[in-house]
Amino acid sequence: MSFEPKILGILCNWCSYTGADLAGTARMKYPANMRSVRVMCSGRVDPGFILNALRSGADGVLICGCHPGDCHYVEGNYKCMRRIPLTKKLLADMGIDPRRLRLEWVSASEGARFQSVVTGFTEEIRTLGPLELRELNFDAEHPAGTAQEISAAAS
Amino acid sequence: MISIEIDGKQIEVEEETTILNAANALDIKIPTLCYNELIEPYAVCRICVVEVIRRKRTRLVTACNYPLRESVKVRTNSERVLKLRRMNLELLMARAPAAKIIQEMAAEMGLETTRFPIENPKESCILCGLCVQMCQDVVGAYAIGFADRGSKREVSTPYERTPETCILCGACAQVCPTGHIRMTDAEERIIHSKLSLGPNAAITIPFRQAIPNVPRIHAEHCIHFKTGECMLCSKVCPKDCIHYDDKDEIEEFEIGAVIVATGFDDFDPTPMKQLGYGRYPNILTGAEFEQMNNAGSPTGGKIVMENGEEPRSVAILHCIGSRDENYHKYCSRVCCMYALKFAHLVKEKSNAEVYQLYVDMRAFGKGYEEFYQRILDEGVNVIRGKGTEIVPNRSGAGDGALLVRCEDTLIGKFREIPVDMVVLCSALEARSDATDLARKLNISAGADGWFIESHPKLGPVSTTTEGIYLAGVCQGPKDIPDTVAQGSAAAAQAMKMLAQGQILMDAAYAEIAEEFCSGCRICNGLCPYNAISFDETKKVSNVNSAMCKACGTCVAACPTGAIAARHFTDEQIYAQIEGILV
Amino acid sequence: MAKPKLAIYWAAACGGCDIAILDIEAKILDVADFFDVVFWPCAMDFKYADVEAMEDKSITLTLFNGAIRSDENFHIAKLLRQKSVVLCAFGSCAADGGIPSLANLFTLDSILDYVYLQAPSLDNPGKTIPQPTTKVPEGEITIPRLWNTVRTLEQVVDVDYLIPGCPPQSDQIAAVVDAVIDILKNGKPLPPKGTVLGATEKSCCDECPRERNIKKITKFIRPYEIIAEPNLCLMEQGIVCLGPATRSGCGAKCVKAGMPCRGCYGKPINVRDQGAKMISALASVIDSTDPEEIDKIIATVADPVGTFYRFTLADSFLRRAQV
Repeated sequence: MSFEPKILGILCNWCSYTGADLAGTARMKYPANMRSVRVMCSGRVDPGFILNALRSGADGVLICGCHPGDCHYVEGNYKCMRRIPLTKKLLADMGIDPRRLRLEWVSASEGARFQSVVTGFTEEIRTLGPLELRELNFDAEHPAGTAQEISAAAS
Repeated sequence: MISIEIDGKQIEVEEETTILNAANALDIKIPTLCYNELIEPYAVCRICVVEVIRRKRTRLVTACNYPLRESVKVRTNSERVLKLRRMNLELLMARAPAAKIIQEMAAEMGLETTRFPIENPKESCILCGLCVQMCQDVVGAYAIGFADRGSKREVSTPYERTPETCILCGACAQVCPTGHIRMTDAEERIIHSKLSLGPNAAITIPFRQAIPNVPRIHAEHCIHFKTGECMLCSKVCPKDCIHYDDKDEIEEFEIGAVIVATGFDDFDPTPMKQLGYGRYPNILTGAEFEQMNNAGSPTGGKIVMENGEEPRSVAILHCIGSRDENYHKYCSRVCCMYALKFAHLVKEKSNAEVYQLYVDMRAFGKGYEEFYQRILDEGVNVIRGKGTEIVPNRSGAGDGALLVRCEDTLIGKFREIPVDMVVLCSALEARSDATDLARKLNISAGADGWFIESHPKLGPVSTTTEGIYLAGVCQGPKDIPDTVAQGSAAAAQAMKMLAQGQILMDAAYAEIAEEFCSGCRICNGLCPYNAISFDETKKVSNVNSAMCKACGTCVAACPTGAIAARHFTDEQIYAQIEGILV
Repeated sequence: MAKPKLAIYWAAACGGCDIAILDIEAKILDVADFFDVVFWPCAMDFKYADVEAMEDKSITLTLFNGAIRSDENFHIAKLLRQKSVVLCAFGSCAADGGIPSLANLFTLDSILDYVYLQAPSLDNPGKTIPQPTTKVPEGEITIPRLWNTVRTLEQVVDVDYLIPGCPPQSDQIAAVVDAVIDILKNGKPLPPKGTVLGATEKSCCDECPRERNIKKITKFIRPYEIIAEPNLCLMEQGIVCLGPATRSGCGAKCVKAGMPCRGCYGKPINVRDQGAKMISALASVIDSTDPEEIDKIIATVADPVGTFYRFTLADSFLRRAQV
């Protein structure tokens, strides 16, 4: 079976979520790989959301906000613009390709742009392949049998 | 109080009242020349002479400075009085034959000529000294005085030089009864860009609709602020309203709503070198032309060129700086219609030929298209094509000192139109400080600088900040009816909010749990709405939930997680992320 | 009546936690007086067999310091869990992974390779690397197998309470000891499971005496690069200080001494990932709206993982690097 990426989209309420809506009402097709979470502003995006998404099975995280200068909240998107590069730097150091995180500006009128952004990002993640976090959970590292063996051997 | 009788009429007056004032109170007119109520009477012209009957004795006195101290009878127009008044007038006619007011008075009294020899037929000074008194006692400048004696006596400046102490207040000319002293302007040429709406007094109501509608003193023009004297306005004010020591003050008001109506700036066409604005004469902006047309302007509303002559032809150029990739891409919306009005004014006030150079004629409103038709019927030349260049008409051919170059797109030809005057319909642009103001008010301004309304269709008056409304051109170019409509709507919105006394808040907003806030102040600078404040005593930050717009920026930034966004809490979003990725 | 039993164990850690316990000074006499210390390898001689021989739940309180990075750590963790009524993760390593969990940035093989073969100060001509089992003339001997990924105590066994800090501050330890004695003597109720003891609910800033203002950062500076203003918030001076995203309780000792907080007390109560939260807070106050300038400023942050997850990598969302 071919690899279908799982992508988390965090979309700002005023521009990108509305842009996604527009893409929908205009019947524009884009891959169904992105699952979106709505926040009021891209400034609400905490790097924790991104890391948690990657840990929870996302192969990529797409964050969309209003274009710089057009933020509904005047400058919320600038805060996002500052957090993402530092998060990418962290991802790179953690051995995760920073391309798995992308910040894009999509306005409420850019249904077509939303379509192309999601399509493009999905394709990029597809080429990057699945993100399999190794040894995330203890049980995966030590199958039940092994843990018991250790315990038994020690006692 | 003493009781006196003037021309058979009785009146009670206070002691020391002059006959002139007592007569005025009875509506009996005593002619005067050198009398000025603001200045101590000097009784020099002797025109106000009257007869006073005290006990049995009759005397001739000057009414302006005769103080009433006991009950007397006064006759203002007895044969004897009139005879003497005529005699005095005849003497004055000989002294100042050029004074128009004396000639008029004489005519009134039935005098045609004087029997006395005329020394100087151009003389108009009667040596009343009002000017000297004004300058010394009221203004305190001591710039003019009497010189010489006897028949050579004259009003003069020290050594007949331009006095250093003269503050150019013009008070001497103001009080001169014969018009002998005149203020003259060194500049005779009419500079259209420097026209104002009439001269400003040192104390004026700034403009008719000013609020508060009271006069204010312009310290830079006021005599009192130059010499410390004068204070005439306070002397004449019956209510003691004049306070010279008032200063500009900054007052703080608690307000419930703000209506932003800061208007616009006029686009300055100087950088468009090809149009020659500021370089060649008789090229005006719309605002300058409008000012000249005002009846209160120094030209009296006449359309004249810098040399004072009427232009033979006028070109009106549309879209200067608007609908222009190099300046403003937007349409300024009002220019087409005021340009048509200008054409109509030129046609109405002069015989000049009018050329309208337009790009697209946008006569969009009620009655506008009809007005356009009317202008066409009035014989205005309408050319579809942008005026691209203005140069002096060196060949002198045609009725104009300037040449306007354009492409007439309807006939597909390049044209040069000779005109005497050009009106540039310059763009409306956002005020230069619009972005600063937007930042102060936490509203948004677009790339052009116009303030952004909360919704282009459904919220054209409100802004993204609760309680701040927009009215007029500050939100985008619009004409007067639209401005009035938006202003009324903004006022209604503000009133609605104020009348309710409470505001309906969105359920989503940020709140800080004090018990977890450590006062790191990271959130303090992040709120675009200044909703976050720092409590210096408790050392914690607070969110004013009424000002919060729920963007959540502070929530994401709060390093202790003390700030929660209602309806968008960390828990909710983490749960969504984890749930959605299963 | 028998005294309550106390166990103290040292897993993957530096030993500072054990010393911190001794640093409670005279209070240690109360401990000795009130408790019967049944297991404290660092201080007294015990054998694992002694513990294994105990009845389940016979130890009243176990203070477990150190991360879990070997089969032995894991075994003892499980053993003490089985024998203890209350198991307390003591110190950063047990609670959040601590410094040892920075090993999660590498693979075990690369660590062994560097430590035994590459480090410039080595003298290992035989290129010996420790092996789990070694044959010697007397037979086969084993040493505990090291893990590729360092874990917190809570990730491998059920933990009742956490006492953070590298090491936990002695006054906080003393307070916890008093509280425990109070509970056991006077039958006070236990705090809810999972409670962080010996710390408060605010962040390090709460105890920091430095003056704080609205923050705008134009460049990140490492502490050695400047002589910091003594009374001004270090972050405002461009120094990455983890204080805002670190639980308080330490008395802000580092910042008082002019060094930035490094985050040893772990994430505050409402935070799920200390490093991510600190990144969010810190990046928010970068004073620029120009992407290129922002990149330049961010380039001045040295070693993000080591800075933001110095003590909490094992406890973070990602837990280890994908290497």
